[in-house]
Formats: sequence, structure tokens, C-alpha cells
Amino acid sequence: MDETASYPPIEPSNFDLIVIGTGLPESILASAASATGKTVLHLDPNPFYGTLYSSLPLTELTSFLQSQSQPLTPENDESTPQLLTLPLYSSIEINSLSSEPIENSRKFNLDLSGPRVLLCSDSMIDLILKTGINQYMEFKSVDASFVGDAEGNLGSVPDSRSAIFKDRSLSFTEKNQLMKLFKLVQGHIGKESGEDDLISEEDLESPFVEFLDKFGLSQKLKSIILYAIVMADHDQDNLENCKDVINTKSGIDRLALYHSSIGRFPNANGPMIYPIYGQGELPQAFCRRAAVKGCIYVLRMPIAALLMDKDGLTYKGVKLVSGQELFSNQLILAPCFMIPSRLTPAAQVANSYDVGRRDAKEMVARGICIAKSSVKPEAANCLVFFPPKSLYPEQETTVRVLQLSSNVAAGPSGMFVTYLSAMCKNAVEGKKLLDAAISALFSLPICGNSENNGIDKLSEHTDSKPILLWSALYIQELTMFQDSFNSISFTPLPDEHLHYNNILDATEKLYQKIYPNEEFLTQTNLSDESVDDDSSELD
Amino acid sequence: MHGRPRKAPTQEEQEASSLKAVKLRELQSQLLNFHRNKIYTKEAVDISTKLLESNPEHYTGWNYRKLSVQNLLESALDSDSVQSILDEELRLVENALKQNFKSYGAWHHRKWILSKGHSSTDKELRLLGKFQKLDARNFHAWNYRRFITALKEIPDEKELQYTTDMIYDNFSNYSAWHNRSVLLSHLMEAREEGYSGKENVLGEEFEFVRSALFTDPDDQSGWFYHLWLLYQTLKREPLLITSWPSIGSNIQLSVNGYLDGQSLLPVLHFKSKARKYPIILCFNEAVEGVNSSTVTVECEYHAGDDLIWTPLSANKLDFAQAWLTYLNFPDEVNSLKPYSVKITVAHVPGITSLSGAPCSTTHTSFTVCVSLHDLKHAEVQTMERFSWKEENFRARATQPQDANLLHSLGNLKITMENKPIASDWSMDTISTEIAHCRELLSATNCKIGKLTLARLLMAHNTLISYSRPNDGAEIHYDEILALYRDLMKMDPKHLCYYEDEYSLALLKQLTSNTESLLKYSYEYQESTSPSMKSNLCLRLSGLSLSRLGSMECLLWVQMLDLSHNKLRSVEGLEALQLLSYLNLSNNKICSFTALEPIRMLKALQVLDVSYNEIGAHSVDTSRYLCSSPMNHAVGNDWNFEEFANGGIKLNDHWDAFLVFKDLNLIQLEILGNPVVNDQLKAFLFKIMPALKWLDGDNCN
Repeated sequence: MDETASYPPIEPSNFDLIVIGTGLPESILASAASATGKTVLHLDPNPFYGTLYSSLPLTELTSFLQSQSQPLTPENDESTPQLLTLPLYSSIEINSLSSEPIENSRKFNLDLSGPRVLLCSDSMIDLILKTGINQYMEFKSVDASFVGDAEGNLGSVPDSRSAIFKDRSLSFTEKNQLMKLFKLVQGHIGKESGEDDLISEEDLESPFVEFLDKFGLSQKLKSIILYAIVMADHDQDNLENCKDVINTKSGIDRLALYHSSIGRFPNANGPMIYPIYGQGELPQAFCRRAAVKGCIYVLRMPIAALLMDKDGLTYKGVKLVSGQELFSNQLILAPCFMIPSRLTPAAQVANSYDVGRRDAKEMVARGICIAKSSVKPEAANCLVFFPPKSLYPEQETTVRVLQLSSNVAAGPSGMFVTYLSAMCKNAVEGKKLLDAAISALFSLPICGNSENNGIDKLSEHTDSKPILLWSALYIQELTMFQDSFNSISFTPLPDEHLHYNNILDATEKLYQKIYPNEEFLTQTNLSDESVDDDSSELD
Repeated sequence: MHGRPRKAPTQEEQEASSLKAVKLRELQSQLLNFHRNKIYTKEAVDISTKLLESNPEHYTGWNYRKLSVQNLLESALDSDSVQSILDEELRLVENALKQNFKSYGAWHHRKWILSKGHSSTDKELRLLGKFQKLDARNFHAWNYRRFITALKEIPDEKELQYTTDMIYDNFSNYSAWHNRSVLLSHLMEAREEGYSGKENVLGEEFEFVRSALFTDPDDQSGWFYHLWLLYQTLKREPLLITSWPSIGSNIQLSVNGYLDGQSLLPVLHFKSKARKYPIILCFNEAVEGVNSSTVTVECEYHAGDDLIWTPLSANKLDFAQAWLTYLNFPDEVNSLKPYSVKITVAHVPGITSLSGAPCSTTHTSFTVCVSLHDLKHAEVQTMERFSWKEENFRARATQPQDANLLHSLGNLKITMENKPIASDWSMDTISTEIAHCRELLSATNCKIGKLTLARLLMAHNTLISYSRPNDGAEIHYDEILALYRDLMKMDPKHLCYYEDEYSLALLKQLTSNTESLLKYSYEYQESTSPSMKSNLCLRLSGLSLSRLGSMECLLWVQMLDLSHNKLRSVEGLEALQLLSYLNLSNNKICSFTALEPIRMLKALQVLDVSYNEIGAHSVDTSRYLCSSPMNHAVGNDWNFEEFANGGIKLNDHWDAFLVFKDLNLIQLEILGNPVVNDQLKAFLFKIMPALKWLDGDNCN
């Protein structure tokens, strides 16, 4: 309280929009609104940018996870409603097997909602280029993708013509079939309108896995395409119980997106890139752009209460812990905040509920591992996919793994940070998925060794798998509990995907709902920095 | 850099380019003036810089540049000034290359500067790295790279790795594959560590390129490399494969054509009024160096040292697949008992193939005797007009003793003592490649894959014929023919090539064994003319042949019917030195020069070239294949005056003259060709005094 009290009062006190939380969707919205001339105040109770999308030092990460895992109950029952914290994270499990990572805590930039990368041709990259925020960021390419199994064998993902040519694990016939499929997809996507469809309408509507079967692809190739390129979450071979059956049309679209991502930037090797200093750079870059357009930023500023109209139902503004009252027409809240239920009109809530999603409660299990060597010696930054059934027979969803090295500043030099995620129905399943993947990739120090004397010897262990030094596992909710009502809106949660596309879509929709007549982030004319020159930002 | 369609220039672009042309013309005339007057002042050199930077294709400009550099270097005082002169040239070339990456003159100039030895090759390599990143396939850059790596003495193995990297990056790179073949050739030749075993090296390369072929069968660059590997696999020393008289044969010579009575042994008959008989040696590829010191002929009556061997080739100058010499008949006194002739092709450097490989030692031998009846019979030489009419021919396949005869005619292959064994490795490699090719074709319908399969099968057949002749093991001719028929439909643009390959395969099939040859063998017996002895005729008519091959198996043929085919050329026919009767009617021969191989057939008496296309095309497209009067190799012995005095306009019919002047034809059919007219006929009578029948007209 002392600290916040020292803040000078915010001028002015009336805004078109107040945004609380500096996660990616909030930052994009602040940036978009301020770009159209709206007066925007962007607040964050935390001392860092990014909220649920931030990249944090190791100790900050653990304490943030803890802070977001239990509901903050109102201290007293005042007439002004307080903003509550939604317990998004659960079953947090920190496992510190060596003191080394903690000693170097500040040298880590750990993503809260990892693993996540950008596909060079996806809509997020387009937005980055369009808004010119690439001038605030640098990227590195993800070196390679692999498909893993329970033993930790990592097979390469032949995702391009030259990768197919190079791959020694494919049979010659497989090479032929795979390239034929890629060519068909390119032909299908590149065809002029009016030309005959290379793939029939009927095929496009059928499940992609059936299309691949028809193509005569081996199980191995199917698995690579479905889980490592198209990035399906659920077991596509089990069509009856599969929650996200990918049809041929969307399968082909995703394949095409993947392919068009290869070679978009001459200095990016593969289809995917990752921001140096972590994905938290992304919301920060949008905030900088918003600030340039006049948005006011205040961090470390908790909200004491919401200000409501006399009727107690209409939003007016917020009261800061500093005591200052600020007013706006619209309020956007990060999804980790909760409004006391007595304020939310039940009828409205019921209408806007996405019933299907609410019924089947979904979660994503996330993990962060730190080790001193790479899971694949020749790759510093790489992706690993464990398709359904690859780790154990009952495995229903894909476990995705992203390993990053110090060359993207994920951690101190010589350390590798590995993110894992998997969709799950409950914490038990989620943990089981991640544990299986972790034991496939890492070896654990032998029990009984104390932290300080065992580790170094173990690194010479005959088992070539990297030794796990530190890990954090947690379950994140995927179900939105809150929906927008009157002037209050909630931004989307970090989803289970490896990319930002769905988050971006939801953000754009939200913006158009709030400002139906305004454009969503138009092209920025940079006088001297050409947007096309993005490649120079890519390392 | 590749596959970008050219756009029509816009109005502005056209104006800009004509403006540029005016400027360039101005610069050019200035430069030519300096060049002529040997002016190398700074001002003059600057003009050439301007010109070459905007038009690197100006060759004279580059030459002027070289002279000026030479001039400057003479007056250069120290190494620093030499360096700066050369650096300036490198800078100029760099700018010129930016303007046009594919300028031969600019690249050449750079080589010239580098060869002065003052410039850093490291810098050149870095520059090349940049260039080759921009356009990985540019062959100028690859060419220059070979030059630089040789200067810098970079080991071939390291460069090989570079090609691997480039190919991994994008395997559609003809230049990289090509450089790979160059480097591997060096490494294998030098027997460098790890490259001494051709088997291992080529085996790995086949595997390497197979990945490319399967990944993208429609990309041809890998297939080209595959073809190179196939050649390397099949590469071997040249071999003597057949001869006439054939190995182990008995030959009976006569002067007047009357032959001894029925002999139990298969006997070849040969008559010659000139009392000499030919010996023909056929190799599996064109060779040079066949002469009396490299080939020894041992027989009782000949020393053999003085024999003159003539290459039987229309255009390869000193190289030929077939070589000819003549032996005289033995003296009549000694002719009563058969004597043997042994020919040894020596394994000394001397007989070499086009690639320089030496021929290995091979023998062939036969026995000769002279007909006893020669002296008893008077000559009967009232030559009637010969007719190719169907009723004059009788199939001979049904007569068993002919099989015996043909066997001795056809079994010519020299495979006895010096059996040229195809290595198991070559055979295995080809079989493996055939299997992979079939696998690929089962999944992908790709023309170059089909072509490769046909080539592989053909190679397989050849290897089999080397090691196990006539044992009937897996012969694929029908499959090969079907593949080429398929290709003709699939890829009509290359129809002529496929027709030629089809013809070669078909002829190989027909000549591969005696049984199949018998099917095409007929007896000629003209009912109305008892004076004509019965004769064996090989009738290869109506087979859609567009090209000739396998002539080494037909050296014995004296009467050959090739009518009703699609022959565009008769190359190969020159090896058939016994040929007396030849029917080429109803083919697609479109010029006299296409008949040039016939010029070498000294025994030819009856020729039918009616109903071809001679004279139908104003441009003689076969001329580039054949020699012409402009070629110094022929025509030295012409006596133009003689003909000029005879009132013949030689310049109208020089091509006919070239073919026919040395022939001793008695009968010629030439009707049905657009070129024919009375003037030509008169000309032909004039140059061939022996000619009795021309298109059925008796010259008398």
C-alpha cells in the first residue's frame, strides 16, 4: 500500500477504454483502440508486462503460478465490488533437483503459457508486420521438429522437399508418397479459380485421416502429418471418440500454411520462429505501439474495486488501490480476473454461454523443464511431438514439447528450457501425459543423491538423455468462466495450441464487438523502416 | 532465377532501352577508337569501365581491358600498384556481374585476373558463396568455383561435401550434381583414400541419388546424375566382339562364284575377282589405333606386317567401331589344303576408346581354302535386272540344315578364350536399380523413369550377352520395346529419339540369337534367271526401324532388305563389307548425304533407294552428321576438271557425286524421290560407268 500510495495521480481520469492486464489480447486491444484515436488507460497490477502471456525469471514464475492458483476472497464486504482473482492454475508441482537453476533465476525467461511458436506465414506474423512491431523484436528459427516415442527416440519430421530427400529413416516409397501429397496440396492451394479441383468436394469434407489412408500413406507418415504438421490434439484414428476430427479441408489448409511458412524469410531455416527473450516480448511490443499512439501505461497498480452506476449493474469505472477513481466507457479485463457473481446478470450469462465448451470441461497441462543438455544434440531450439498412443496405449492427446536454448535467451548459457503441453480432462491425466513425456526425454537424478554432489557425476552417465535439473508442472483452465456483459469484456485465455491464431481471432472478434465501426489495426506506414525488411530482424 | 516468364516490355521500358542503346553506342565507338589506336590513358580506360559495367557482353571491351591491364602492369613500379591495378579489374568484373550474372566475358576476365596470381582466393570463395546462394544452379559460378578451388588446391573431398550440402539444400541443381560427377571422377581416378573401390563409391551414390528420384521423380537433375552413374557402372575397356570371317569358321574362296559341292561342314563362301578377301574386326565401341603393329595376323602365307587397316566410320575420323583390311588369296599352288588364320588384338596401349581406355587382348581365328572348281568354269556374267519381288524369296526357317548354316554365320561373338566377364557387381547394381525403378514406376507414371528403366534393361541385356551368351537368361527385349512404345505416346516431343532407341533394341533382339535371325532369313531364287545363284537374304523390312544397330552381328550379310521402315540414316551399314544387294526403298531418307555410309560398301552392286524423301526438304538436316565437300577429310582426290569438261554441272549434284562416285553399282533404283529428274539420271550414268540399270532403264 505504501508503494502504490506514492504514485502520482493519473491524468486525465476519464477514458474511452480501460484495459486491465497486459496479456497478449489485452495489449493488442489497447494498441488497436489507441490507434483509432481512443483514449486508453492500460493497467496491470503486476510489476511486469504480459500477465498470462509473460516470460518471467524462475522465482517470479513460481510465485505468479502460486498467486493465480487460489481465489482471492474479498477482505470485507464493501458496497463497492472488488475485482477477484480467478484460480486458473491448479495442481502446481515444482520439482527442484538442483539448486543451479534457482541460483540463476534472473537469467531465465520462462514462458507462462508455453510451448508456443510462430509459423512464419500465420496471421500473427502478418499482424506483427502490419503493425511494424517487428522493429521492437528479434526472432530465431526453430531448428527442427521431431516425433518422439516412449523410449525417447526422436524421429525427424520430413516437412519439406529437401527434408524428405535428406531423411534416412523413410523408405524410398514413403519419400515418393509424401512428396506426392505435398505436391497435391500445393497444386490444390495454388490452383486458379475455375480450374478443376484436384481434390473432390466430398474428400474435402471427409476426415483428413481417411484422405491420408486413401493416399496410401504408412502409419508413420500419417502420424507425422497429423500430429507434427497439422498438429492435431486428439487421436484421429479413433474417429468416434475424437473431439477434434480434422477434415480434409482444414488439414490441407494447415499443411499449406505450414509449407508457405518455410522459406518466407530467407534467414529462417524452418517454418517456425520464436521471439528472443521469450513470448512475453510480444505483448510488450504491442504495448509499446499502443504507448506510441497515446495509450497510458501504469504497472504495479492493483484495482481496489469496480465502480458501478447507481443501479449497481452498470459499469462506470475503477477504483485503484491508490484510491483514485477513474472512469471509462468500456472495460477490458484479462481472464484471470473475476467479477463478483452478484453483478453478472444471470440471464445474460446464460445466453452467451458456449454450452458445449462448458459441459466438457477442458484443461491444458503445462510443464517447464530445465536441463543442461539438449534432448537432441544437433538441435538447440526444437519441437518434439508425442502423438496419441506414442507414450502409452491410453494416451488420448498429443504432448507437444518445445526446447529452447540460451540463444533465444530462454536461460543462462549452457542450459536448455523445455516446455510441454497436452490437453487433458483432469489433472491426473494431464500429469500422467507430461510425466510420460518427461521420462521419455529426460533422465532423473538417482534418488538419494543430494542436490549438490550427485549431479555432475550423473552428467557423465551412460544414458545420453539430458538430466532434469528443475521442473514445474501445472494445470491451466481452458474454459472461460466469464463472458462480456454491458461494458465489461474479458479477453481469451491462453489456449492449448502451439500457435497464436485462435487467440488472435478471438481478440479481433472481441474488438469488433466493442468497436463495431472501427478498423482492427491498420497498416502502419513506417517512414524509413520497411515492413518487408522483417527478415533483417530475424536472426 | 529460373522459370520466370518473360514479360513484354512496356512503352517506358522500350524508350529507356533505346535511350540506353544510344549511350552504349556512343561509348562503344569511343572504345573501339581507343582500341584501334592502342590508347590506354586513364580517361580511355574509364570509358571502357562505363561500357562494360552497363554491357558486360561486349567482348572487344574485355579484350581491350586485358591489353590495357597488360600495358599498365608493364609500367607498374611496385607490388602495391600491381595489386591496385588488379583490384580495380576485380571490382569492374563484380559490377559487370551484378548487371549480368551470366556474362561469359566477365567471368573469363575474372579468371584471367586471378591467374595473374596476385589476388586473394579466399575473397573469391566468399564472393562465390554469396553468388551461389542467390542462384545455386548458375553454371558460370560453378565453373569459376572449379577454377578457384584448383588454384587454392582445395581437396576434392571438401568440394564434394560442398556439393552434398548444396544438394541437400535443393536437389534440383544440375550444376551441383554435375560437379559431383566431376569430383568423384577425379577422386576415383586418383584412388584417394576411401575412393579406390568404384563399387562402394558408386553404390553409395546410387543410394544418394535414389532419394532424390523418389522424392521428386519429375525433377530431371537427379536422373541425369543417375545416368552418369549408370555409365560408370557399365564402363569397361573396349572389346573385340565380332569379326568376319567369324571365329572358328571355315571359308571357301572362289574367283568366279562357282562354289564347291555340298560340304558337310558349315562353310562360308566368298568370291572375288580381285583375289582378295576382307577381314573385319568389330569392337563394342569406337576405337582408334588399329594398325599392323597393334593387330597381328598370323597365317602361313602372309607376313601380316604390311596390312593397312581402314576405319569404317562415316564421321568419327580416326575412331570406328569396325575396322577393315584385305588379305590376298593364297597362291593357287598352295591352295589345295585349308590353312588357318589367327588374328590377335594385342593388349598394348595402342587401341583405345574415345575415353582413352585400352583394349584388352583378344583372338579370333578361322580357316581358309580355295575352291577347286574355280578354274574349271567359265565366267557367266550376263547380269539380269535384280528384283526384290516377294515371289523371289523363300522363307528358310523351316530348313534344318540352314539353321546349321546360320549358326555358323550368326555365332560370331568372340567369347571363347577371352570371355569378357561382366563383373558380378555391375550385374547386381543394374539389377538393383531395375528393381527400384520398377518400384518407383508402380507408384508414379514418369517418363524419365520409364526411359531409365528401358536403359537399365538394355544395359542388363548387354551384360548378360557378355557373360552368358545364348543361355536365354532373363532377356527383357519385349519390356524395353513396350516402354519405348509407351514413351512415344506419352512424350511425342521426343518421338524421334524414342523411335531410334526402339530400333536399336529391336535389332538387338532380332540379332540376339540364331532362331530369331532365322525368322528373317530368306532364300533368293529368281525363277526366270537360272544364272543367278541362290542367295541368302536377310529381310528386315516393315519393322518401323528408324536407325540401324547391332551391325556387328550381321557382318556376313550379302543381301539385305530394309525396305518399308522409317530409316532416316543408314549409319552403321558401313560395317557390312560383304553387302552386294541392298534395299532401302520406302524409308525416310531425305538426302544423298544421309546415304554416305554406303560409300564405303565396295561390294555393293544393287541398290534400291526408291520412294524415299531425297530432295523433299530444302534444308538437309542430316548434313551436320555427315562430311561435306567443305570437310577437308573427303574430296581431296576429286578430279573436278574431268567432270567439268564432260559438261556436268557438279554443283547441282555434289552430294550425289559424293555418295556414288566410288561405287560400282550395276543396278540402282531411285524413282519416287523428289530429287529425281532426267538431268540427275544422266549425271548418275556418267559417274557410274558400270551402271546397267537405272530405275529399270537399261543404260544401253
